[in-house]
Amino acid sequence: MSKKILSIVETAYRGTLEEQDDTVLWLNHVLNGAGAEVSVLLQGNAVNYAVKGQDASGLAFGGRQQTQPPKLDRDVSTLAQKGVSVLFVEDDATERGILLADLVEGVEPIRRAALPRLLAGYDQIFHW
Amino acid sequence: MSQRKTLTFSITDPPYEDARSTTALRLISLAIERGCDVNVFAYEGAVALPFAKQAPHANAVHQRDAAEENHPNPKDWIAAVLADAAQRGRKLDWVNCGLCVDERGVSESIPGTRRGSPADLLKFVEASDNTLVIPTK
Repeated sequence: MSKKILSIVETAYRGTLEEQDDTVLWLNHVLNGAGAEVSVLLQGNAVNYAVKGQDASGLAFGGRQQTQPPKLDRDVSTLAQKGVSVLFVEDDATERGILLADLVEGVEPIRRAALPRLLAGYDQIFHW
Repeated sequence: MSQRKTLTFSITDPPYEDARSTTALRLISLAIERGCDVNVFAYEGAVALPFAKQAPHANAVHQRDAAEENHPNPKDWIAAVLADAAQRGRKLDWVNCGLCVDERGVSESIPGTRRGSPADLLKFVEASDNTLVIPTK
């Protein structure tokens, strides 16, 4: 039986323009594709990854334009569509003025106080 | 006699940026000293840690030439840990994420490390007693 993995994404927008994605969200897409039983928890500033309608387009230096900017809301949404449980810390969203209606479909809120019980349900916690 | 433990470390920091890389090597080295087999999945900038073209240099401020400065590059520390693991009969399997390597142009890695993918991380996790992620912040 495979190990249950909870991947906590907390550091947000680190290298996302250079990478054209978030490397940890990307990694979890790959792990899911490889058969891992993985869930994702967005915490701290990373709750913003679930805010729909983000637009990072327009980066250009000289004559070179970025044509495939990161679309983190899409990457969160497609994770959920693939059956990955994507949670976010509701308290962190509230502190940042983010409403449930602002978020892509498929993400689930969890209170900070409920995290110990959540974490206890996993074999491995990857805190990125 | 207890069964040998296997630990996996996933690291992401590039060399010379902060103390996390050194901390990771301390933990990896100590785990080997204490009889564990160790897997390392180097992701993002950490794939540059074992880059073979790292070179020592003289240090004018210290008034020492390169030989006197005797400054081990990260690849040298990793080579030393690999050698220590081999000498102790322990396994140290160091995998660099291949796409991260390509992005950074650091494909020339020291012997004893290898190219891989996140699928290797999953195999490591499944086969390990525990896994520690040491992320970039």
